[in-house]
Amino acid sequence: MENVWTIENVWNAIGMALQNWLAGFLPAWLVTLIMDLLVIVVLLAIGIVAVLILSFLERKVAARAGDRYGPNRWGPYGVLQPFADAIKMLIKEDIVPHVADRFSFNLAPVIVTVGAVMTYAVLPFGRNMVAANLNIGILYFAAVGSLSIIGLLTAGWGSRNKYALISAFRSVAQLITYEVPLALCIICVVMLAGSLSTQDIVLAQQERGWFFLLMPGIFILYFLAASAEMIRCPFDLLEADSEIVAGHFIEYSGMKFALFFLAEYIHLFAGSAMMVTLFFGGWLGPWLPSWLWFLIKTFVVIFVFMWIRNTFPRIRIDQVLKIGWKVMVPAGLVGLAITGFVDKLIADTLIAGVVLFVCNIALIVGVSYFMGRAQRQKEMAAEGAALR
Amino acid sequence: MSVQIPPTERLRTDTIQINMGPHHPSTHGVFRMVLTLDGETVVDLEPRFGYLHRGIEKTAEERTYVQNVPFTDRLDYICGITNNWAYALALEKLAGIEVPERAEYIRVILGELTRVMNHMLAIGFLWNDLGATTFTPVVYAFRERERILDLIEMAAGSRMMPSYIRAGGVVADLPEEFMPRLQKLVPHLKRFIDEMDTMLTKNEIFRARAVGVGVLKAKDAINAGVSGPVLRASGVPYDIRKVDSYSIYDRFDFEVPVHTAGDVYARYLQRLAEARQSLRIIEQAMRDIPEGPVTSLPYKQLSRLKPPKGEAYGRIESPKGELGFYLVSDGSNKPYRFRIRSTSLLNLTLLREMCIGHKVADVVTILGSIDITLGDVDR
Repeated sequence: MENVWTIENVWNAIGMALQNWLAGFLPAWLVTLIMDLLVIVVLLAIGIVAVLILSFLERKVAARAGDRYGPNRWGPYGVLQPFADAIKMLIKEDIVPHVADRFSFNLAPVIVTVGAVMTYAVLPFGRNMVAANLNIGILYFAAVGSLSIIGLLTAGWGSRNKYALISAFRSVAQLITYEVPLALCIICVVMLAGSLSTQDIVLAQQERGWFFLLMPGIFILYFLAASAEMIRCPFDLLEADSEIVAGHFIEYSGMKFALFFLAEYIHLFAGSAMMVTLFFGGWLGPWLPSWLWFLIKTFVVIFVFMWIRNTFPRIRIDQVLKIGWKVMVPAGLVGLAITGFVDKLIADTLIAGVVLFVCNIALIVGVSYFMGRAQRQKEMAAEGAALR
Repeated sequence: MSVQIPPTERLRTDTIQINMGPHHPSTHGVFRMVLTLDGETVVDLEPRFGYLHRGIEKTAEERTYVQNVPFTDRLDYICGITNNWAYALALEKLAGIEVPERAEYIRVILGELTRVMNHMLAIGFLWNDLGATTFTPVVYAFRERERILDLIEMAAGSRMMPSYIRAGGVVADLPEEFMPRLQKLVPHLKRFIDEMDTMLTKNEIFRARAVGVGVLKAKDAINAGVSGPVLRASGVPYDIRKVDSYSIYDRFDFEVPVHTAGDVYARYLQRLAEARQSLRIIEQAMRDIPEGPVTSLPYKQLSRLKPPKGEAYGRIESPKGELGFYLVSDGSNKPYRFRIRSTSLLNLTLLREMCIGHKVADVVTILGSIDITLGDVDR
């Protein structure tokens, strides 16, 4: 790779310069090792910095949504609040309930966090900026992303708390349910892009247009499935504070709690970033450097997630599963069929795009019609129920 | 075609018991529900209360009639004004005290403001229980509540514990600035209620969560003594303002809204409709309020009040339902018996029946839709 110093590839250039400098006095294997470790450290740092920003943003957005100010004591506009929070977390007492299963109790936060951080490896932060350009990148993302289910289950079981246990049940039921439509949506994107690699998916959108425009129906399905996977409202049943208090991390305190917190926001960032990659053209964009575009788009998506969180109530667990299996999976399958047929039968990309768009709109209309009809029927049945 | 599994090979399942409360974010205070769950489904529910018991009924027997007024504030601490009112009504009946015209109007205005406030808070908290995690609806409800509390503070000098309505009238006349403020506030509140309506009523998730959940049959509700919006949401048009037409409610033109579904959603709609009617009453009262004295019983007489031997039951339609005070006098300056017919407690009695068969998440919602205040439940 050429060593060109532009804003576009400033990060790559720094990396290359460092590598060249190290290669001057170290054996090749050590240079590779150091560089790989450095990438991991950088990814972790991005993860933690993202969490700091997101936790601040979450509080600010929640506050503004509720006509409040939010944190504004620490630093200008309260920007230092996350650091205060982090320090508070670190110095809290670490409490392990005496009935807890110590091993799984301690293991759970680690699994959850590691599973979350690992997803960063395949995020294409910019042109040529992906830690591991795996040719199965998106598959890796889906696989590693669901690793945290094990952690949640372990936490729920290990805490020996009934609320945590219910949360663990819910985590398994919900996350596994929504894995299916998520995968179906990803397959649609992969079919259009013709590759599992995240970089290739972004490049494919350069040719065919953002997949969000081509497949709005699939996008909505993906959005819902992803918010369920990220445990975001309205699918945040695992930590439903009004029902099961805090869910799986109810017994955790101090740094272990912070790890769950970290994992949650890392998931949020990674999920939004992946959504940007799959549907919003990743780092594509004019004028600005690609990594900046990527960050801007990701934060817009994150803002939408926060917005939803602050305006919608939560769905009930049976409804979550019902929607998952009875609506999203069939809709995902239909979407898959549409995408497959259109992609294979219509060679011209423009016409294919238009047809795909129309079919997706039809899918949205159809699904919302049937869901709405079911709801209206239920409401009509409820009318006068008290007098019967 | 279903495959029959022999009982011995079936997965053995068991129910679990969960203590919801007394420290739980959604019990609206210190209230405990012992839930028996089969997975997520509620098999049994046992409400346990008494964590906030302060012995008000007994303590009141040792204090003079006027000293008991502040206790009533602390029953249902969301709506202190109506609690004062119910007590004052019982005492007026017991001692045969007349209330001046202007005082009645002031009572109606503040009482209906309290109702609006209570219903807005109830809706906000219901949404909180539904999982609007970041308190957004509640914060808006609180914002408007603060405006109403400002008015109550103007009149009474205290926001939540006004002790403003006493036997014979009200403590003091309204300050000059009160009416202009109120005239501005009423249209504002109307807009706010409309805003709530547009924001919340049509929300699909809310409807999915609330419709058909926690149905309370009209006959069960009547049998259990349930009253207020919860009863009217079950299709019973029973409103003490109409039935008794105590105070001057017979002069106002208002409707008693009724919903027939009896579920959480109906209770929500009921509160919204009642808040609108309350504003209607306030508008009429604002228009008609006469000048004149605000109390027929100055403090010196009131503090030495010795009602004749006898008993009286005064009841009003408090925002949460029928709130009654039963007073027995032995001729001294202290009540012989001071009994509170508390709304929240009686509305809570059917919680178990409403919850069984629903999911854990619904328990919280149903409790929220009943709209209890633990200060009123435990006394």
